[in-house]
Amino acid sequence: MNSGDGGGAVAAAAAVTAAASTSAANGSADAAAPRRNSKRPKYSRFTQQELPACKPILTPQWVISAFAVVSIIFVPIGVASLLASRDVVEIVYRYDSDCVPASWASDKLAYIQNPNISKTCTRTLTVPKRMKSPIYVYYQLDNFYQNHRRYVKSRNDWQLRDASKANDTSGCDPEDAAGGNPIVPCGLIAWSLFNDTYRFTVSNSNLPVNKKGISWKSDRDHKFGKDVYPRNFQNGTVIGGAKLNSSIPLSEQEDLIVWMRTAALPTFRKLYGKIEVDLQANQTITVTIENYYNTYEFGGKKKLVLSTASWLGGKNDFLGLAYLIVGGLCFFLAAAFTIIYLVKPRKLGDPTYLSWNRNPGGH
Amino acid sequence: MAFVRPLLDPSPRPPPVPGSLPPPSADLPRPIAEPPIGSDLSQNPFDSSSRLSNASARLRVDYNSGDRVLFPEPGSADSFRRVSGSRTAVRHGSGAESDRFGVASLREISDEDARFVYIGDPARTNERFQFTGNSIRTGKYSVFTFIPRNLFEQFHRVAYIYFLIIAILNQLPSSPSSDGYEDWRRHRADRIENNRTAYVLSDGEFRPKLWKDVRVGEIIRVRSNESLPCDMVLLSTSDPTGVAYVQTINLDGESNLKTRYAKQETLSKVPEKDPVTGVIRCEQPNRNIYGFHANMDIQGKKVSLGASNIVLRGCEIKNTAWVVGVAVYAGRETKVMLNSSGAPSKRSRLETHMNRETMLLAFILVAMCSIVSIFAGIWLRNHKDELDYSPYFRKKDFSEKEEENYNYDGIGAEVAYRFLMSIIVFQIMIPISLYISMELVRLGQAYLMIQDRNLFDETTNSRLQCRALNINEDLGQIKYVFSDKTGTLTQNKMEFQCASISGVDYQAEMDPLSADHADCSVRVGDQFWRPKMRVNVNTDLVKLLRSGHGREERKYVYDFFLALSACNTINSKLIDYQGESPDEQALVYAAAAYGFVLVERTSGHIVVDILGNRQRFDILGLHEFDSDRKRMSVIVGCPDKTVKLFVKGADNSMLGVLEESLDLDVVQATKNHLHAYSSLGLRTLVVGIRELTGGEFHEWKSSYERASTTLFGRSKALRLVASNVESHLHILGASGIEDKLQDGVPEAIESLREAGIKVWVLTGDKQETAISIGFSCKLLTTNMDQIVINSHSKEACRRSLEDAMAMSRKHLQMVHDAGRISLALIIDGTSLVHILENELEEELFKVATACDVVLCCRVSRTEDMTLAIGDGANDVSMIQMADVGIGISGQEGRQAVMASDFAMGQFRFLVPLLLVHGHWNYQRMSYMIVYNFYRNAVFVFVLFWYILYTGFSLSTAITEWSSVLYSIIYTALPTIVVGILDKDLSRKTLLKYPQLYGAGQREEGYNLNVFLLTMVDTIWQSAAIYFIPYLAYRNSTVDGSSIGNIWTLGVVILVNVHLAMDLFRWTWISHVVIWGCIVATWICVIVIDSSLSCPASALFWLCLLGILVVGMIPRFALKSFRGYFFPSDIRIGRELEKAGGYYEAVAGSIEMRPVVGAGGARS
Repeated sequence: MNSGDGGGAVAAAAAVTAAASTSAANGSADAAAPRRNSKRPKYSRFTQQELPACKPILTPQWVISAFAVVSIIFVPIGVASLLASRDVVEIVYRYDSDCVPASWASDKLAYIQNPNISKTCTRTLTVPKRMKSPIYVYYQLDNFYQNHRRYVKSRNDWQLRDASKANDTSGCDPEDAAGGNPIVPCGLIAWSLFNDTYRFTVSNSNLPVNKKGISWKSDRDHKFGKDVYPRNFQNGTVIGGAKLNSSIPLSEQEDLIVWMRTAALPTFRKLYGKIEVDLQANQTITVTIENYYNTYEFGGKKKLVLSTASWLGGKNDFLGLAYLIVGGLCFFLAAAFTIIYLVKPRKLGDPTYLSWNRNPGGH
Repeated sequence: MAFVRPLLDPSPRPPPVPGSLPPPSADLPRPIAEPPIGSDLSQNPFDSSSRLSNASARLRVDYNSGDRVLFPEPGSADSFRRVSGSRTAVRHGSGAESDRFGVASLREISDEDARFVYIGDPARTNERFQFTGNSIRTGKYSVFTFIPRNLFEQFHRVAYIYFLIIAILNQLPSSPSSDGYEDWRRHRADRIENNRTAYVLSDGEFRPKLWKDVRVGEIIRVRSNESLPCDMVLLSTSDPTGVAYVQTINLDGESNLKTRYAKQETLSKVPEKDPVTGVIRCEQPNRNIYGFHANMDIQGKKVSLGASNIVLRGCEIKNTAWVVGVAVYAGRETKVMLNSSGAPSKRSRLETHMNRETMLLAFILVAMCSIVSIFAGIWLRNHKDELDYSPYFRKKDFSEKEEENYNYDGIGAEVAYRFLMSIIVFQIMIPISLYISMELVRLGQAYLMIQDRNLFDETTNSRLQCRALNINEDLGQIKYVFSDKTGTLTQNKMEFQCASISGVDYQAEMDPLSADHADCSVRVGDQFWRPKMRVNVNTDLVKLLRSGHGREERKYVYDFFLALSACNTINSKLIDYQGESPDEQALVYAAAAYGFVLVERTSGHIVVDILGNRQRFDILGLHEFDSDRKRMSVIVGCPDKTVKLFVKGADNSMLGVLEESLDLDVVQATKNHLHAYSSLGLRTLVVGIRELTGGEFHEWKSSYERASTTLFGRSKALRLVASNVESHLHILGASGIEDKLQDGVPEAIESLREAGIKVWVLTGDKQETAISIGFSCKLLTTNMDQIVINSHSKEACRRSLEDAMAMSRKHLQMVHDAGRISLALIIDGTSLVHILENELEEELFKVATACDVVLCCRVSRTEDMTLAIGDGANDVSMIQMADVGIGISGQEGRQAVMASDFAMGQFRFLVPLLLVHGHWNYQRMSYMIVYNFYRNAVFVFVLFWYILYTGFSLSTAITEWSSVLYSIIYTALPTIVVGILDKDLSRKTLLKYPQLYGAGQREEGYNLNVFLLTMVDTIWQSAAIYFIPYLAYRNSTVDGSSIGNIWTLGVVILVNVHLAMDLFRWTWISHVVIWGCIVATWICVIVIDSSLSCPASALFWLCLLGILVVGMIPRFALKSFRGYFFPSDIRIGRELEKAGGYYEAVAGSIEMRPVVGAGGARS
């Protein structure tokens, strides 16, 4: 023990009674003192940072097998996706400019805004390949920013859900009230509800379009109230789109529900209905379009889409191609790595590769 | 706005003790350490640096703290100087002597500088100036200053300014609650302190009064074991001679008792009956706890007061029944309070760099916001005509009678608005959460460091202390270690090893016989006491003393040991020697072991038990040690009526005053012995004697009295008197004291050097000793080329420096050829001064940086990470100035520990602290910073890509909830856990290959390249996350929230898998945290969306898989390629570990380094 140690208060000087040295006793007392209240940290694997652990190292074997596994998984998926996409039969017909009579071609806006002109437009489409039911009928809008911040926010979910919240139109500006009364459903989204309609006939017989169940069930059940009825809707000075039957609750207004699930991108499709009959190749379908919806205002396009569906959805080669490319790339990488590994092998865990061993002297 | 931390620039606050001396006036005793060189150097420590502001290589010599640097004082000088480890160790009038002769300084304090304290008359004292009351406040904030000051504190970080702007934009107040809680606790502690009771004289008796009400000028009585309420000048004590003992452990951590004296003029007064009246003129409050200057006008007499007459707040009275004093400084003007302002806060190197990257990210952020807002402007202009009635924009509000613009103020306003909005949307780019995570991680790291059993010191029962929590990772980047020698490398337990007495060398035997010890016990009352320190003795010498009566040598030996026991300033209390110098203690203990037991010391006499006979010697005069003479002397009146002068001092100062002609052979033999001792690394002292004749004594006495009554230049006059009498000495002999190296120091230094850390040891020993010590602790090795510069003229210095330059150049060339031989530069103080005076610093610096070891000086480059390690008050400024300051919690007190960032028990702990914990912490923290930048940027880029497809309208597919939860729930925990627990290499490997430490020194973990590469990867990953679902779902019925969920999950999974891939060790905690986070995110997304119907679709799963693989491919490929073909040291280390498991199973751990063994065995 040293002189400066506070612990040695007893040991200012070791008392020696006559000859009997008590130094032994003292020594043990000294040794015992620190042991009693030792601050020595307790041992645990956690505090000593010795938890058992797996320490993976990216050895060539691992790397090559990782790449190989990825390519083995990706290439078949890519092929399958591509096949699925190729299987899908799709008819896309753009009608927004087609359906405007030539006399109005220079001023489409005036045409669409003139309520006195008939907007009916009949066209025929040919089925390129056999289409198995269900055939999905979509309308596709281009350049329509349903994801625009002003638009997305212009709705009130409480009002849609709850009849008692009819007056809650916050967030719906400028389409919140008409003539001092709140609009149900309020907001730009509802106001701009798509209102073109399609009727299909095949060899003069009507081709029914099932419009039930085109919206998400969760939306019908939870987001749109069964006792919420349209009120004061499209009563303003400018009509934005479709009108709603005020005797049908919102939860059954499926077109509205589909429309209100706003699209992610400025080009989008919305489900219009389902044709539950198979269509044969080279069959001719007559479509009667009521071309009401004003996309001429902002240069949007309107398309009618008839499409079958695969396990992967609609017609889109991207995913299949992407998977094939990635799979191929990984295969290439695995191969390249293998070649380099064979050409220029390195012994793992060889201390001579340590930087100070490679160029001795220099740190 | 980068926070560049000046390394050795003057600190904003004066460093506590050494730096804040009052400006030395001519006749003020100068602090010992100040070298008598050009005053511009000593006064202006940083002058030289300004001359040298040569950008890349800057040499700064820190004179301020480097006392021992400039003057490697010969051997023993250190022992004298080392008064409580402080360089300000001049005694201002030491006790009894000053009473008798009025030695203490009578320096006039000019009226405007002085404060007048009317003793016992607080009203008058406080009349002119309202001195501070005794109430204290240590809380940083008051009720009124909390908010502004706290904000100011917070703004030290760039990101917090940014945060404020965000807070304003979001109208979210930030809550600095933890700071507030801390402060509240301090306030509470203050309240308790302020409400303690003191006994203050009023109306003729001492009455209780609260501490906070104590005023300057009041007379206060303090009893034994009570704390002092304020700084007070002693008036009288229970001891008739006016002595009081105080324990200053709270002030400087020294546990030994200090003696303080009341002045003779006041000590006889009983304050209750005979009130003392007088005026004290004392200097303005300052933080120098070792100095005090005042005069006292009492009864028409002018008495000077020094540091020995004042007792300071924070100390406790011990072994003295009561003391009475007058308050001179109160409250926050007390020295302890002035000293309590904490160390200047340090900021880690990594964080400084991080601030740079934060600025870069802020720049990227602004660029992104600008792009969005400018494109939004262009978009708005292009669609100007369409927007009035377009269903998705509807600029016109026609629900009212008149059509107005709805929520639209023109393109310009819209652009500005979009800009601000985009800042809010992209704000997560600057990882505010990183700062919080970093705090948590550091806390965790500190906890693990404290808990490390390898850093626990058994002897002092102390763990590592992490006093600074924000520089953990700096420990992994140290390039220079500046180490104090005494007490840091060594144990500071001086052991008397050998003596050369009248030319005969006596070496102590290693194995002391217990019989010898029984002999030197002393009878006190009916008990025998023996010194508690065991000293190895030389049996010949013992025999000579006991039985060699009449022999010539015995006389010298007798005088030698008498000198050792008499010529010192040690207090003896029951053979427990308490002194401020460990060397003196060692000498006194040695004398006691040989039978010369110092039993009692008072101001006027000493009692020495000489070989069983108790003898009393009068102390007639004492010349204290000073830096000019480097010796001390005492004049002793012996029982046989002879008057003897004993002188003890450093060898070079003593050899000059010896009467060489008398005993030429002896002097020569002693010189040889001295050289031999110092070559062994011993600290040497020379002892001399002269018998004074009556005439000489009277002559001395009168001149001494004359000198001590001098008003001006008194210390100089006293010095002259001492020099006059200390001449024509007979040499008695020399002593060699060993300061043992601490355990494991050589191995530790070797490891540090292998790790590429340059270790500079600062010492006050003579050159031979220093070199010897250097060898013994493996700082120097035999295969090193040494450059020794010890020239005593300017020209010689220049020449040797040129030679050194040539040598170092030759060495640099050799690097390119074969292996390089290490260079060591050994330079002594005088040469250093010469070099610096001649503006040869550049050359010196070139040489010094070329060397692997530099002995003797404190030189530092500002760009490199430095670590200072020391144990005493004299190391405080060094500790505070270095990037990392480490205090050894040893015997020299707590000043160094208080100023340090980390404190530990042993020097050798530096190795695990730096090489293991430092390495881990650096690697963890640097990865964490890069990862956090990446993590947040990925998210922001995904948001950004989407905004490009929304007409730049700043809508987000990812819900706002997810944006908020992203860095709180989705991704926070894994990075914190990894930051605390991940280990790239095991402790064993790091200790086995110290060179692995270089990763931190070279800043491999975090640098601009790493950052930029990560950012490129970030953009790739974000593109993968965004565009795969985008392209897959193009022209489909997908709605915003569905695709938003894919993006959210994609980001979170990718970011967590990224972390998982970079993880070094997979413990169960990592598994839980990483996979748990992904699961938690999934749950959150489902809850937020309340209808997650997408997962059912195959497209959804394929998108996620695609994101994961496409996002990770570049990183994975690069990492594997690099790891295999261009392996870093760490990678090799990891491979070795994998292989090593096999090795060790087969061959056992043969290659364990001794330092590991020592550390492991001990813990």
